Amino acid sequence: MSQDILENAVASEETPGSQHFKPFEATAEIEALADERITHYPVSKLSAVLPLLHIVQHHFGFISKESIDWVSAKLEVEKIKVLSVVTFYPGFRQSAPGKFHYRVCRTLSCAMAGSHELMDKICEITNIDRSKLSHHHPIVVSPCGNYSVEFAECLASCGSAPACLVNDDFHDKVAPDQAQELIDKYPV
Amino acid sequence: MADIQYLPGKEPHPREHRLIFKNIDRQGWDTSIATYMADGGYDQLKKAIKMEPGSITDEVKKSGLRGRGGAGFPTGVKWGFIPPNNTKPVYLICNCDESEPGTFKDRYIVHQDPHQLIEGMVISAFAVGSHTAYLYMREEFPAAAEIMEAAIEEAREKGLVGKDILGSGFDLEIYVHRGAAAYICGEETGLIESLEGKRPYPRIKPPYFPAALGLYMAPTIVNNVESLCHVKHILEMGGEEYAKLGVERNTGTRILCVSGDVKNPGYYEVQVGTLTMRELLYDICGGPKDGREFKAVIPGGSSSKILRCDESFKIGRGEDAKDLDFWDIQMDFDTLAACGSMAGSGGVIVLDDSRKMSWVLNNINHFYAHESCGQCTPCREGNGWMKKLSDRIVNGQAAPEDIQTLEDVAYQIDGKTICAFGEASSWPVEAIIAKFRDELTAETSENNQRLSKEQLAREEYLVK
Repeated sequence: MSQDILENAVASEETPGSQHFKPFEATAEIEALADERITHYPVSKLSAVLPLLHIVQHHFGFISKESIDWVSAKLEVEKIKVLSVVTFYPGFRQSAPGKFHYRVCRTLSCAMAGSHELMDKICEITNIDRSKLSHHHPIVVSPCGNYSVEFAECLASCGSAPACLVNDDFHDKVAPDQAQELIDKYPV
Repeated sequence: MADIQYLPGKEPHPREHRLIFKNIDRQGWDTSIATYMADGGYDQLKKAIKMEPGSITDEVKKSGLRGRGGAGFPTGVKWGFIPPNNTKPVYLICNCDESEPGTFKDRYIVHQDPHQLIEGMVISAFAVGSHTAYLYMREEFPAAAEIMEAAIEEAREKGLVGKDILGSGFDLEIYVHRGAAAYICGEETGLIESLEGKRPYPRIKPPYFPAALGLYMAPTIVNNVESLCHVKHILEMGGEEYAKLGVERNTGTRILCVSGDVKNPGYYEVQVGTLTMRELLYDICGGPKDGREFKAVIPGGSSSKILRCDESFKIGRGEDAKDLDFWDIQMDFDTLAACGSMAGSGGVIVLDDSRKMSWVLNNINHFYAHESCGQCTPCREGNGWMKKLSDRIVNGQAAPEDIQTLEDVAYQIDGKTICAFGEASSWPVEAIIAKFRDELTAETSENNQRLSKEQLAREEYLVK
């Protein structure tokens, strides 16, 4: 009996954030971006697995079963090889985040400067249940789907702590009482 | 360099000696190649490309440059490990996975001065005979990945990257490869596995150096961003002249990243070993915050062993043996090693008397438990246990014996893993327990809820 290895192994689930992302589709644009990246690795196509997954996540919000299928076909490698990468790296998500994804640094210097209080504030303002954030559920999405939060490990900005990323934008010296100001920079 | 103006409030401290950070926070500076070239940029590459590759390696050896990523291994020696009869392609990898807690120097180079890094990479690739170089950029620097790719394109248009660089017949392609938020990718063989498209499980040693067998089983040189930038300056000054900076065996400049409880945290590029702990923390960083006293310092990234501010050390052997007070420690590789810690990546985390060591320990344990790649059992299981044990301490649920258990677990990881992550994660625990045993014991013996409900809730997600 043959069964698709991805059938029970990919943990994608609907989140309130799903509304903001298109379902995965290998459009001509995506194919072209991927083909260009693959040329960077003349020795082994497998090397392009991270870059291709980044393309997918950037355009579709997270790594779905369909996208893993596409990456493995594109690189002519077994699905399990792509899946093993997706499940290892904390940088790859398997469900949709919010429209604005807040990653707050959890580690020592930022924690000393109040990054955990910053996280509390962001959760409070965006109506996110802070208690749901755990090792097994590193990302929590707000009920409206516009926001999500995650703790990041050391963002390498310890001298100007606390630091956080909002999608791809970096912010440092964000004191907890500036949480509202930060959120206002990203109107829904 | 008197004509260089810096942005208001970002001026270097008079004790600094800026080579690598010369252009950081510089007034009128941007990431374009025109700005860089107007300032003498790529002149060293033009010089290097006419030299014998071996003589560049010789200059780097003469300079005494030690790797700035954490291990402090001599860069020129590393380059020399490429087998002489090698017929395979050679790869150069720039390690920009900067993720050791407390370290934040490479961030500024790749965001503000991309061409300095490219120049350093092209010169280094030429020296080691590499025609393909990868810049491994941590995922959390998305802007830097774009800046570096744009800069590489600019350099290509000027004939400084790509085919037949400056008409010399030397080809080099540089590609940016983004990671995906895993600390272990900073370990050079883990990085190579990641670049090969796999889980970044560090490789079994030997071979001890990827210079023998690295990317795609070919000779590979992995250097830190700052180390590669130094190569440019070594060529400019000459290896011998460069070696006059700093102190013996600890040459050149390095960027100290100071964070935590000081008045002026930030990055300071100084000559290695010319500064004592007192000068760094008081003269440069402005001393402790008002009403506070310094308690302890983590001198080289969170994996280095903590030092107490009231400690003294016996260093040297025989006739050279002497006592060294904490405040007189010179910030160089050898002195910090003699004090039982390490200079590591240059990330200095300062703690004052408001900090509870159990809380600090717990934060560090959470980091390593999250980042263990899971390949070796002692590290995978041990870091989970250390996290849970320190959770119990901060939650007021620990018994005094738990401190001993925690220490036992740490010593069962140390030295029993494939890569240095085992040491990186257990050294902080060993040192904090050894040096603050009284404080930890007092906290656990009282065994009461010392933390307020709010603080408990704050760490609650971690406890689950």
